[in-house]
Amino acid sequence: MRRQVGNLLSGFYLTACYVFILLPVAVLILFSFQDGRLAVPPFKGPTLQWYVTIFTSDRMTDGLINSLIVGISSSAISVVLGFLAAFGISRYEFPARRLLQGVIILPLAVSYLLVGMGLLVTVSSLGFGPSLWTVVIGHVVINMPLAFAICLTQLGEHQRKIEWAARDLGASTLRVLAQVTMPMIAPALVAAFCLCFTLSWDEFIIAFLVTRFDVTLPVVIWSMLRGGFSPQTNAVGSFIFLCSIVMLVAVELLLFRKRRV
Amino acid sequence: MTAHLEVESIFKVYGAVTALDQVSLAVEQGAYVVLVGPSGSGKTTLLSVIGGFTVPTSGRVAIAGRDVTALAPAQRPTTTLFQDYALFPHMSVAGNVGFGLKVRRVPGDEREKRITAALDLVGLAGYGGRGIHELSGGQRQRVALARALVVEPEILLLDEPLGALDLNLRRQMQDELLALQRRTGRSFVHVTHDQEEAMALASLVVVMNKGRIEDAGAPKRIYERPATLFTATFMGESTQISGRVSGTNAVETAIGLVHATMTQPVGAEVALIVRPENIRTDGAEIELGTARIREATFQGAHYRVLAKAERGDQDFVLRLPPDHLVEQGAMLRLSCRAESLVVLAR
Repeated sequence: MRRQVGNLLSGFYLTACYVFILLPVAVLILFSFQDGRLAVPPFKGPTLQWYVTIFTSDRMTDGLINSLIVGISSSAISVVLGFLAAFGISRYEFPARRLLQGVIILPLAVSYLLVGMGLLVTVSSLGFGPSLWTVVIGHVVINMPLAFAICLTQLGEHQRKIEWAARDLGASTLRVLAQVTMPMIAPALVAAFCLCFTLSWDEFIIAFLVTRFDVTLPVVIWSMLRGGFSPQTNAVGSFIFLCSIVMLVAVELLLFRKRRV
Repeated sequence: MTAHLEVESIFKVYGAVTALDQVSLAVEQGAYVVLVGPSGSGKTTLLSVIGGFTVPTSGRVAIAGRDVTALAPAQRPTTTLFQDYALFPHMSVAGNVGFGLKVRRVPGDEREKRITAALDLVGLAGYGGRGIHELSGGQRQRVALARALVVEPEILLLDEPLGALDLNLRRQMQDELLALQRRTGRSFVHVTHDQEEAMALASLVVVMNKGRIEDAGAPKRIYERPATLFTATFMGESTQISGRVSGTNAVETAIGLVHATMTQPVGAEVALIVRPENIRTDGAEIELGTARIREATFQGAHYRVLAKAERGDQDFVLRLPPDHLVEQGAMLRLSCRAESLVVLAR
C-alpha cells in the first residue's frame, strides 16, 4: 500500500518534470501549424502555410544558407584541428604537455559573450569588418575544445598499439594518420562534427555580435521576434529543433552504440 | 662470421630503475629464441629494444650484420606480433595482411598472390574477405602472424602471443608456431613468462631476472645443468640441498656429507640441485639418506611425492612410477646418479 503511494508520487513527479521541460517545445511545434495569424490558443487547425513562407522568404533562406555555411565550415575546421591536437597530445612526449592540454580545453569555460566581444574588438582593430567568417572563427574557438576532448577519449592505449603495428610494418606518420588512425576512429570524428554543428546551428550571442548584414538563422529569428510573435517564428523554431534532434540522434548512434571490436 | 642478431651491452635506465643491465646476446639465423623470466625481469623491454620501440640508454643492436640501433621500427627488418594482436579493426583480413605490402609499394597482382600465400601458411585460406570482428581469438592471432610474416622480416618478434588463449588452443598454437618457424626458416624471438612454453618452443632459452640474463642455452642444457640458482628454481621443480664445501668434492649438508664433482673451493656456500625425476629409490651412487613420504598426488603418468628427510630439516620433491605402492608415512631410501646432481653457488 505504502509502496504503491510512493510509486504513484514518484511517477507523478517524473511526469511533472517532463511536462515542464517538453510542454513549451510541444506548444511551439503545435502552433507552428496554426491556421491564423496569432500563435496563441485556441488552435484553429493544421496548415503548412508558415513552413511555406519561411522557405519562400529571402531573409529566411539567406539566414538558413548562412547558418549552413557557418555550421559546416566551423565544424569541419574544429574537427580537423581538434583531432590533430588530440593526436599530438596523446602520441608524443614533450614538456608542458598537461599544461597545453589544459589551455586547449580552456575555451569551454569562457562565456560566449566574452568570446564574441573579444573577437569583435580584435577583428575591428585589425581593420576587418564583421562578417560571416568572423562567426566561423568564433564557432571554431568554442567548438574545437569539444572536438579535441571527444577525439582524445578515442585515442587510447589500444589504438596506440594498433598504430605501432602500422609503423612496425613500415608506415610513415602521414600514412598512419590517414589509413589507420582516422578510419579507426571515424565514428568519433563524425560524431564530433555533428555535435559541433548542432552547437553552431543555434548559437546566437557570438553570431549576433560579430555579423552585420550576413546574419545566421538564430539572428534572423531574434529580429523577427522583435516584430512580434507569429506562427512563422514557431515554424522556424520547430525546423531548427528538428535539425538539432537529427544531429543528436546521429551522435548517439555513432559514439555511444556498442562497438563491435 | 657474425651472428644474425647481435645485442651488445644494452643498458636501459628509467629514472632510478635499471630495466636492462648490460645485456648481451648473439643469435644464429633460423633460431627460435625464447626470452623467459618473471614480470619485471626486462624481457619485454629487451624485445622492445630489438624491435626499435624502446631506445636503449646505451649499447648496440645489429641485425644481419647491419647496425640498427638508431633506426625506427619501420626501417628495421623486424616485425612484431603484439600481445593483443593490434589488428586494424576497419580493414578486412586481406586488408590487414596486405598493409605492409602496400606500404612497400608491391604491385596489386603480386600483392594478391602473397596475401593468399600468407593466409595459406597460417591455415586461413579463403578468409581474406572476412572482417576482423567475425574472427575468434585464435583466428585473429593467425591473421596477425600472416600480417607480420608476409613482409618477410629477418626476425619475427612475438610479445607474449599465447597469453590470451586457453590451454588447448595454446598447445595447438605452440605446435603451429614451431612448424611455421621451421617452414619459413626465419629467426623468432618470443617473450613469455611460462617456462613450459619456453621449453616447448625454444632452440635457445634466455632466462632473465632483474634486467640481466641469468642463463642462455638449449632447453635441455638449461633444465639439466642450470648455470645459476635462479635458473634452477625458475625453470621447473627441483630439490635444493644447502651446504658448504668441506673438502675436495664433498659438501657438508643437513642430511650429512654428500660427494659430488664440483669446481667451488673449500668453504664456499653451495646448493645441490636435483630434478624430481632424477631422485631414485634403487640405490644409485650418491646417497641422499632416508625420507618419509609427507604427501603424494597422482598425476597420471607418475606420482608427485613430497618427502621429508629423517635426519635434518630437508624437503625432497620426487616422482614415483604409477605402479609404485605409495603410502603416506612410508620410508624411502633416496639416491641419485652423479651426473644428475648440480652444484651451484648460493
